[in-house]
Amino acid sequence: MTLEDLAVGQTGVVKEFTDLEMSVKLMEMGCLPGETITIARIAPLGDPIAIHVSGYQLSLRRFEASTIILQ
Amino acid sequence: MKADIRVALVGNPNTGKSTLFNALTGLNQKIGNFPGVTVDKKTGICQLTDGRRAEIIDLPGTYSLYPKSKDESIVFSVLAEKGSELTPDLIIIILDATNLKRNLLLYTQVADLKIPVIIALNMMDMADKANISIDIDLLSRRLGVPVVPIAARQEKGIDELKQAINHANKIALQVDSIDVRTLAPALIADIEAETQTDNPYFALQLAHQHEHLKFLTTEQSNRIEELEKKHDFHSQKAQASETIARYNYINDVLYDTVQTPQTAHEESLSNKIDHILTHRVFGFIIFIGVLLFIFQSIFAWSEYPMSLIEDGFVWAEGILRGVLPEGPLADLLIDGVVAGLSGVLVFIPQIAILFAFISILEDTGYMSRVTFMMDKIMRKVGLNGKSVVPLIGGFACAVPSIMSTRTIENWKDRMITIMVTPLVACSARLPVYTLLIALVVPNKNVWWIFNLQGLALTGMYVLSLVSAVIVAFVMKFVLKARERGYFIMELPVYRMPRWRNVIFSMYERSKTFVLQAGKVIIAVSIILWVLSSYGPGNRFEKIEQTYSQPQYTKTMTPDSLARVISTEKLENSYAGVLGHVIEPVIKPIGFDWKIGIALITSFAAREVFVGTMATIYSVEGDADKIDSVQEKMRRAKNPETGQPVFTLAVAFSLMMFYAFAMQCASTVAVVYRETKNWRWPAAQFAYMTVLAYGMAFLVYHLLR
Repeated sequence: MTLEDLAVGQTGVVKEFTDLEMSVKLMEMGCLPGETITIARIAPLGDPIAIHVSGYQLSLRRFEASTIILQ
Repeated sequence: MKADIRVALVGNPNTGKSTLFNALTGLNQKIGNFPGVTVDKKTGICQLTDGRRAEIIDLPGTYSLYPKSKDESIVFSVLAEKGSELTPDLIIIILDATNLKRNLLLYTQVADLKIPVIIALNMMDMADKANISIDIDLLSRRLGVPVVPIAARQEKGIDELKQAINHANKIALQVDSIDVRTLAPALIADIEAETQTDNPYFALQLAHQHEHLKFLTTEQSNRIEELEKKHDFHSQKAQASETIARYNYINDVLYDTVQTPQTAHEESLSNKIDHILTHRVFGFIIFIGVLLFIFQSIFAWSEYPMSLIEDGFVWAEGILRGVLPEGPLADLLIDGVVAGLSGVLVFIPQIAILFAFISILEDTGYMSRVTFMMDKIMRKVGLNGKSVVPLIGGFACAVPSIMSTRTIENWKDRMITIMVTPLVACSARLPVYTLLIALVVPNKNVWWIFNLQGLALTGMYVLSLVSAVIVAFVMKFVLKARERGYFIMELPVYRMPRWRNVIFSMYERSKTFVLQAGKVIIAVSIILWVLSSYGPGNRFEKIEQTYSQPQYTKTMTPDSLARVISTEKLENSYAGVLGHVIEPVIKPIGFDWKIGIALITSFAAREVFVGTMATIYSVEGDADKIDSVQEKMRRAKNPETGQPVFTLAVAFSLMMFYAFAMQCASTVAVVYRETKNWRWPAAQFAYMTVLAYGMAFLVYHLLR
């Protein structure tokens, strides 16, 4: 399951990444393996999405969310 | 005056870095450029408590020393270059106390460069509110650096921070964070030997970034590249393991120094606001409302100061005319320089107002929500969520709008936005449109409520936006992306705007515009003045002689005589000659040489068209009186055919030309200023001219 599959309000824990380049950026922003992520909201047009991670809010596109594999 | 100590200000975006910079330096700021790049360099002088002076360099906000944009790449290169005029003696790193974990990542990277560091722990007030308790002394001991709690917005802790700068060490005492050498032991050792450094993290960063570092020689860079190959170094893999190692260290540091409650209060309030502002229906309605308000305000609020500036220049021209002896020098000064200056300064109200709004939108956190909502639509046409504001601002004026594209981090998205913004119908086109529409479109209603003239004008506005979107879509395929597009963006907590920052941003942007774009505009104005007030050979003298004969002086009033003379002079000036020269080129789109003159004189600013038309048709009285210009233009006949010059086809062809042509020196100047390369404004000028000619040709032949 990836982060993209979660619905608003659902929570998941990061396991690993499918895209190395994206993972470097995501990890710098606090999306690390073991970190808990909650979907905060989805943009009115369905993309991008906003998540709560390590105490703040981050937005990312659906494609980027699909590179995050959850436990 | 030289400063006693040089301090670099480093931190994540949205941590209050510019607020702290303003608090430390006050109005003692200077904006320049980092050598060799287009990134703005903000420096300022801070008066320390012991009487010494510190030079503060505000480095672009970044989440890590690994850059994701051109702005961010400056940070490492300034911190790492030894012995340059920017090399800092001390780094102040500003950390957001409510989000210490992510903020500490940048700290650990910066600390490992082994330059003395002070931590300014900002937003302590917010952390208190959110019941986050931080053991500052313990944190300071753990990291081995001074930690100063501050609240930059409330200007709390600023004096303590200045004292900490006073007492800063000359040598770096911070504790090592991670064991950098284990990341690439052999490579780091080799690069250390190659560049004669004993800092392993500096060596590792060179391996990652050597291609972009200006302070390395080509040989050094090539040598590092060879070493990378020899040791089979994979930059992204190394970055990933470094980041994980750093976060492990940070978790250890934070384990007993920071206690965070499960949900923070401020964030839930911010969430409630988000529910409304990014709602699938209300979100867009509110956004459109905000845009309309900004658009209206730029028009309405700038009207009075703009007319004040114009009146001021008219008054100054009057004074100068009285003081200076008549002659070419006075004319050059008044009609060339002063008129050009007035053309520059008149934009200040619009620039200041647009930037006040942009600064408020960014400060409050609303701008990132706009990006969040609009990203999907804008991405389809090759733009970015952040392109919305420049495009809408373009309805008022392309100049401040192009300056505002700096908020777009992605290079390609920003360039496309800059390239298409001048297509949006700006306020300078309005007088041209109203004049021509009133000339050929009947003032009557269709389907009861729609006024034909109003429909035509609305059509021009809609056309401008549609053409901008189409051109953007085409450029999406033409331009090559420099970086992979991504949209990993922080959505900061909603905040009240800081009025001081708003004022600073208004002042800064206006000043930059006047200093940078002003030079070009004045130069172009002077050239155009020369073209329209001098003629080849003795043509001007002949005109004077002809009209000094009694048959004219006896029968005409001095006023109408002067008008006829100025018409004749304009027709015989270099601009007039040029009008004749370009006539074969513009004939296919329905223009004669008189319109050609107007095209030339309005080359620097579209609104000049109306004034030139007034001169060409010797309009009596005030040239501002559109009615009389219109009447003369209506009566204008083609001498060969005897038909009216301004037919429906010609008028719409002209409007198309003004809709697409880059008739604005200020925009050309500002595009150069923002891209730092003449190729961009040149390409833009070329494509817009081609488009203008093509559209005018099409419309002229369709309507004829």
